[in-house]
Amino acid sequence: MDIHEYQAKELLAGFGVAIPRGGVAYSPEQAVYRATEIGGSRWAVKAQIHSGARGKAGGIKLCSSEDEVRTAAKALLGKRLVTHQTGPEGRVVHRLYVEAAVPIDRELYLGLVLDRKTERIMIVAHPQGGMEIEEIANAAPDSILRESVEPAIGLSAFQAREIAYGLALAPAQVSRAVTTLLGAYRAFRDLDATMVEINPLVVTADGQVLALDCKMTFDDNAMFRRPNVSELRDYAEEDPREAQAAEHGLNYVGLDGDIGCIINGAGLAMATMDMIKHAGGQPANFLDVGGGASAERVAAAFRLVLSDGKVGAILVNIFAGINRCDWVAQGVVQAAREIGMKVPLVVRLAGTNVEEGQRIIGESGLPIISAGSLSEAADLVVAALRSSRAQSTASGNGAP
Amino acid sequence: MSILIDERTRVLVQGFTGEKATFHAREMIGYGTHVVGGVTPGKGGTRHLDRPVFNTVKEAVREVGAEASIIFVPAAFCADAIMESANAGIRLVCTITDGIPAQDMMMVKRYLFRFPRERRTTLIGPNCAGIISAGKAMLGIMPGHIYSRGSVGVVSRSGTLGYEAAAQMNSLGIGQTTSVGIGGDPINGSSFVDMLKLFEEDSETEAVMMIGEIGGPQEAEAALYVKENMTKPVIGYVAGLTAPKGRRMGHAGAIISAFGDTAAEKAEIMRSAGLTVAPSPAELGSTVAAALAKRPSRKRVVVK
Repeated sequence: MDIHEYQAKELLAGFGVAIPRGGVAYSPEQAVYRATEIGGSRWAVKAQIHSGARGKAGGIKLCSSEDEVRTAAKALLGKRLVTHQTGPEGRVVHRLYVEAAVPIDRELYLGLVLDRKTERIMIVAHPQGGMEIEEIANAAPDSILRESVEPAIGLSAFQAREIAYGLALAPAQVSRAVTTLLGAYRAFRDLDATMVEINPLVVTADGQVLALDCKMTFDDNAMFRRPNVSELRDYAEEDPREAQAAEHGLNYVGLDGDIGCIINGAGLAMATMDMIKHAGGQPANFLDVGGGASAERVAAAFRLVLSDGKVGAILVNIFAGINRCDWVAQGVVQAAREIGMKVPLVVRLAGTNVEEGQRIIGESGLPIISAGSLSEAADLVVAALRSSRAQSTASGNGAP
Repeated sequence: MSILIDERTRVLVQGFTGEKATFHAREMIGYGTHVVGGVTPGKGGTRHLDRPVFNTVKEAVREVGAEASIIFVPAAFCADAIMESANAGIRLVCTITDGIPAQDMMMVKRYLFRFPRERRTTLIGPNCAGIISAGKAMLGIMPGHIYSRGSVGVVSRSGTLGYEAAAQMNSLGIGQTTSVGIGGDPINGSSFVDMLKLFEEDSETEAVMMIGEIGGPQEAEAALYVKENMTKPVIGYVAGLTAPKGRRMGHAGAIISAFGDTAAEKAEIMRSAGLTVAPSPAELGSTVAAALAKRPSRKRVVVK
């Protein structure tokens, strides 16, 4: 789960990380009010979407008067921002963060991640901030500072000092950077984060160490015990189909292709999508229906997959182990009837009672194409999509 | 032989009286697994599935000599259940539960390493299908009847893709020694390397099928291990060619976030380490068959 920059800053500030003064705004008037509340004469008006690289996309505006703040807020609210992290469809800006613009002396990079190799929390730092860590890693991999945290002890002050000195900070800033590091670590640990990124962490002209941009990502599996974090979830930032899928206990990820997929098990789902690609098609989605592929779940899955207008054919691939193929087949047939399926449907069943399952599908009277193997299923669904596209073009129903 | 479990392994079920645990414990018993009892705190002294229920794992170890355990405890309490087993001296713990917080797993692994190597618990999972030694015993939730006794070891992150592999092999007359699901979480108890070591040592296993997916460094580490340490042929596959960067594909660990996380990169690392990589998920069985047919020409005579 991701949260907005301003939310991450509020959380981190609670752990002692110093941040510039700022406030959230939902309207140009509120943005101006925030600016007067903050005081000073220079402000940054920052679009709040779940993406980095907002500056490059025009999502951050520096202002020197209240009028400029109002104009910037007007321009940003409702605007669709496209960054390389949002994809071509971009994200609409609904919230702004108005912040005191600080004179910057140095920009640093600080990140905390759950490192899968060491299976520990890893501190990653670099004396040059502002760039993305991937760029830094490509350009100068040896200059990245890394510190692995012993989970039973936590981040030690000496480790934080080593990083601070490694960043070549002046003696006056070292203790401030140590406070930031220890605070960011405790926030990571106590809030079940999987990533905290402060980029840039800046040294201001008057010697303060401030978190200028913050990003936090949290462990979905731990949100049951972090109500104060999970309430920060912003559904406007998420694919509505994914939220709908979660309500039905399904796991859905929308993609760009046109072949809808309904599969049990995440690994088999990925493999089936690979197979579609091998057969010359493109999957429209990842969808794991989970273990018990009951009629209701399959029906919910059909609705979800068909809510994507690009989908021109559907492939169902169920390896029925504990649940039997005949039950799954009944569920598929019932669901297909209820939905009134208008696109070609290929069903591949494997596991317990396969013959019985195939018989049920064959005798259903529905135009369901039954496949025996994984490769046959992929070939059939790609062919079915092509011929239905050819037909609709021939009969004049196709797109002009 | 087989790895991890056989028909003599004395199995305990943690979270025994729950609905899912009951269903799968019954399946495991039906398969021939030596289930000696279960643990559900508060229900000690009762009987379930004609077996004793204990309040603590320690008690179960003392009373019925449990040596392996399968955990169906809800995610929020799962780390505690694993540590309880490790502390009680259970040598093998298989955790089926999905949804354990990553930091809980970090602490669990730290805890397991407190014990000296000779009494350290092997943890399989979480978020996995479990272990089956074909025709002998099952410590998991897989459909037992799709496996047959044979000479191929299977290690897979995914449950259902492991079933697919077993089914494809069976249709070609190739059986399995043991199939292990190591699970789809970012931090798991045992890695591909841990399982490959056991398969290499197992006299009955002649080849290993290893099924990975996007995300994490374990497939690459395994490829290096195979190159440097294994005499038996290893057949690989990595699922998720079509997965976009930064999106979680069902499993908590199946996400491309760093260099080397993609399916194509991992498959390439496997190939360059000398593994045979199945060209598609429809050719898992046939690739194993081809590797087995070719095997005598491999340089296995070099072993001491």
